[in-house]
Amino acid sequence: MAKQISVFLENKAGRLSHVTRVLGDAGINIRALSIADTSDFGILRIIVNDPARAYRILKDAGFTVSETEVIAVQVSDTPGGLAAVLEQMSEANLNIEYLYAFLGTAENDALVVFKVEDIDKACSTFKEKGIKFIDEKQLYEL
Amino acid sequence: MLYWDKEKECMSRKELEELQLRRLKETVYRVYAFVPAYRNKMDQAGVKPEDIKTLRDLQKLPFTTKQDLRDNYPFGLFALPMSEVVRIHSSSGTTGKPTVVGYSKKDIDIWSELMARALTSAGATRYSVIQNAYGYGLFTGGLGVHYGAEKIAASVIPSSGGNTRRQIMLMQDFGTTVLTCTPSYALFMYEVMEEMAIKPVDLKLRAGIFGAEPWSENMRREIENKLEIDAYDIYGLSEIIGPGVAIECASKQGLHIAEDHFLVEVIDPVSEQVLDDGSQGELVITTISKEALPIIRYRTRDLTSLDKSPCDCGRTHVRMQKVLGRSDDMVIIRGVNVFPSMVESVLLNIPGVEPHYLLIVDRKDNLDQLEVQVEVSEQLFSDEVRKLEELGAIITKEMESALGVNARIRLVEPKSIERSEGKAKRVIDRRNI
Repeated sequence: MAKQISVFLENKAGRLSHVTRVLGDAGINIRALSIADTSDFGILRIIVNDPARAYRILKDAGFTVSETEVIAVQVSDTPGGLAAVLEQMSEANLNIEYLYAFLGTAENDALVVFKVEDIDKACSTFKEKGIKFIDEKQLYEL
Repeated sequence: MLYWDKEKECMSRKELEELQLRRLKETVYRVYAFVPAYRNKMDQAGVKPEDIKTLRDLQKLPFTTKQDLRDNYPFGLFALPMSEVVRIHSSSGTTGKPTVVGYSKKDIDIWSELMARALTSAGATRYSVIQNAYGYGLFTGGLGVHYGAEKIAASVIPSSGGNTRRQIMLMQDFGTTVLTCTPSYALFMYEVMEEMAIKPVDLKLRAGIFGAEPWSENMRREIENKLEIDAYDIYGLSEIIGPGVAIECASKQGLHIAEDHFLVEVIDPVSEQVLDDGSQGELVITTISKEALPIIRYRTRDLTSLDKSPCDCGRTHVRMQKVLGRSDDMVIIRGVNVFPSMVESVLLNIPGVEPHYLLIVDRKDNLDQLEVQVEVSEQLFSDEVRKLEELGAIITKEMESALGVNARIRLVEPKSIERSEGKAKRVIDRRNI
């Protein structure tokens, strides 16, 4: 399991650059990111090397921030790799809220960040089916 | 102490009406004799001072509006020579020429007396430490409260508006028990307290007396819960005297109007007909003891209703309902009247929504559009778009059923809506009609 930082962004010029600048100035490294956007607002989701500090810094800078539990799953970096994982999740009736790719790799595998409805069930399913996911500490160090 | 002046505040209605009629007659004679603008208006309406024989005859007199004050800028409506005028206050004049008001020595005494009643009604005593964060200066709020607070011999901190961190430091260090400011500024102070990691429970603050802008019952609940105080509504306007025209008592069921100094009516703002007690309309006030600037039937633009039923507190003076809005704050969206206070009520009924909002009115393709900006607090925020969109949909639905008009809800970042240290700006109307 891993902690994702989510930030509310108004759909206005300069907001994204402001968040990333605040993080950059604090020496926080972004390891993965995705943006969900609507016509009015966006939600920036990031995995960073120090989520607790990133959370505090963004909050102090006046952003609406939350921490969310996600799982970083190792996916074989070959054609059909992601499909295989998704098929097994589907068989186990695991609902995915959203997912995005991680920038680095682990043991030559690609990493995909999943937000699922039931995270405990997802973890036990992955263990059962031999799908590797990376623990929090390792992830931030990648 | 329950009352400041029990004899006046709990006077029988009969005695009160006798006093009112005597004072009204006197006032009408004085303005007719000393203020040409009033004499002209009365002559045009064909009414002479001797025509005022009963309180109902008040209805024969013409109304006075803000425009009359502007037309007679600066001192044209004064009924005393400047040698008798000891104080001048003025509006900021943001919507035109400022309106100027003057006070005699006796006017200041009466005003202080009214503020003493108001502060006492809200539970303040000589043992209170009153932090007065209304602006001092040309605005009547600061000095009005100040004189009343000294009258009851409370300890006054004349902090005036602004410098919020210092306000909170004073509150903490000086042991403020009563805060006076606008309701929107009180909530802003709470936000700053949070930033400073100061908990209201650790302060001595017990009560707040808030006015100078309309605020809803829900806003009261919000302020009372957050600051852990009793919040009282106070009403007044500089054209009449300043703060202290009306004040809530412990029952918080309407504001008692100081009827020994003011006559009140509620009219239909369009037909100008006087309405029965209980009907909502525009408040009209006549001063019956003011010397420097007596005002006859002043159209306040504030919308309320009157209630003469006996109050639990024992005061006999009529109560006005909390002001619903101002007829000039009201925006008409596709023919429907919308008040910022209605929007506020809807928002505060949704858990987690902060009372920071802004109405933006625009017209596209000849159709009015209302956008309501709502700040997304941490409590409301979700990392899932679906949940935020659901929140927007809930607010939209509640808003539509309460306002009777469709509003577009726009979620905005926290603290992106401008905070006010005085009167909050709630509406931006971009229509060019």
